[in-house]
Amino acid sequence: MNDIRTIALVAGVLLLLSGVTGVGQFLKRHPDRGIDAAAVRTFNMRIRGWWVLCTVLAAAFWLGSTATVTLFGFVSFWALREFITLTPTRKGDHRALFWVFFLFTPLHYVLVGLNRYDIYSVFLPVYATLFVLARAAVAGDYKRFLERTAKIQAGLVVCVYCLSFAPALLELRVSRGPEGLSQLSSRDANFRLLFFLILLVQFADCMQYVWSRMLGQRLVAAAVSSNRTWEGLLGSATSTALLAAVLWWAAPPFQPWQAAIVGLVVAVMGFAGGMTMSAIKRDRGVKDYGTLVVGHGGVLDRIDSICFAAPVFYHMTVLVIGS
Amino acid sequence: MLAPADMPTLPRDKSVSRSTLCKITGLGLAGVARLLAGASIRWIASQPDTCQRVYFANHTSHLDALLIWASLPRLVREITRPVAAKDYWSRGALRRWLAEEVFNAILIDRTDIKVHQSPVDLMLRQAGETRSLIVFPEGSRSTSGEVGEFKSGLYYLAKKRPEIELIPVHIDNLNRVLPRGEFLPVPLLSCISFGPPLWLERDESKLDFLARARRAVLSLKE
Repeated sequence: MNDIRTIALVAGVLLLLSGVTGVGQFLKRHPDRGIDAAAVRTFNMRIRGWWVLCTVLAAAFWLGSTATVTLFGFVSFWALREFITLTPTRKGDHRALFWVFFLFTPLHYVLVGLNRYDIYSVFLPVYATLFVLARAAVAGDYKRFLERTAKIQAGLVVCVYCLSFAPALLELRVSRGPEGLSQLSSRDANFRLLFFLILLVQFADCMQYVWSRMLGQRLVAAAVSSNRTWEGLLGSATSTALLAAVLWWAAPPFQPWQAAIVGLVVAVMGFAGGMTMSAIKRDRGVKDYGTLVVGHGGVLDRIDSICFAAPVFYHMTVLVIGS
Repeated sequence: MLAPADMPTLPRDKSVSRSTLCKITGLGLAGVARLLAGASIRWIASQPDTCQRVYFANHTSHLDALLIWASLPRLVREITRPVAAKDYWSRGALRRWLAEEVFNAILIDRTDIKVHQSPVDLMLRQAGETRSLIVFPEGSRSTSGEVGEFKSGLYYLAKKRPEIELIPVHIDNLNRVLPRGEFLPVPLLSCISFGPPLWLERDESKLDFLARARRAVLSLKE
């Protein structure tokens, strides 16, 4: 952490978190302000979630890129668990699912850790898909065959493949600084890039909520989500683009205008992720993945936006580095 | 037939003599089972207690008894004995050791049921005055995922020892973790729900009681 930008980013995040924590506690202590008590509770829970997120990320970053890739691997594993638990499969899928959980998911993250983009970019979408199709066929159950295999494939792509592009950022050669830049600070740059992505996604989620509450008029799809509006999407995309442009210095390869575009796209993709997961949940008749199983936080609810944003962010970064 | 209460207490009390290895294996297996099956445990209008109880559950997987046992708090677990099928659990030295020493299970011979040695008597004798039991009144694992009709054992248990609390337990999704005929588990999330105790009502017929007990399990599904 010998990099002035990293220090600035950490200090900024700490300041911001302390600030919102203060506001949250103030609202909690003064329930007479005319703000909905339930909303304050949600707000405070969100803040606690951010503290946990930041602490876990900081610990993983401090331990290095292997630890971070492993952390994301476990998050993927848990999210996939929730996804498959929620989507009914048949007994004929059992063996296929076993390999999906215990071979394909861990192996994919090993390949990400080894930075073998040439293999991991096709490993799950092509080879795991072929395997799942064939294994389910060999198991001898043809009932709703395409539907079942598509569910497993969708789970793999969203929960494992897409999310893994976030830790894959750590393997990119991002720093274009002066020659002789120390190894450590270049690693710092990668971690800043990953944090930049997570920050933008979280911010976009928040802004979506705030703008929808303030100006929300037209629902995007009332049957799928009752709180995502076009105004919210527009507001969230604009504010996230602004934040990204202001924070461009934290994300190594980007110029301010490039960062703004990245922010905009991240916000839109996060929105898409939230809508997609809402649609799946509505179909299964649950409110969030956490309520399915009491006591579990619902990892998938937390990561749906980042799952959709990560691959796009990754490839935009590659584009910018390449140019 | 002697009522079990009149029986002399068994001289050998296994949980006292259980070795450290068994205890560690038990703790480890309980932890692994809960982790692997992603079990969340709910007590609905009910509390864990060390009083003598019979937990009766729907039967969906080989993991059922292990997971219910693992879901109980450690103190309760130590006085709780699963009732399991002898033909399955006495096959092979490891299985037998796990069943007899680690889980402290009561093994019931399903193939050789005699009148003078009925499974219910055996269970009650082994349970004594303090031990709780885990039973599966359906008799065998259901293949369809539906909860089948209950066999009469639970009724005779309740009739012979009317003061024991009968706790309905519903196991959800564990049949997907380890379905019948599979040996490799898929780590999905399951849910174990414990309900409020019920007793045999005065003048309640066998069929009424068994239907009520089955409904009590089913009602925990939501």
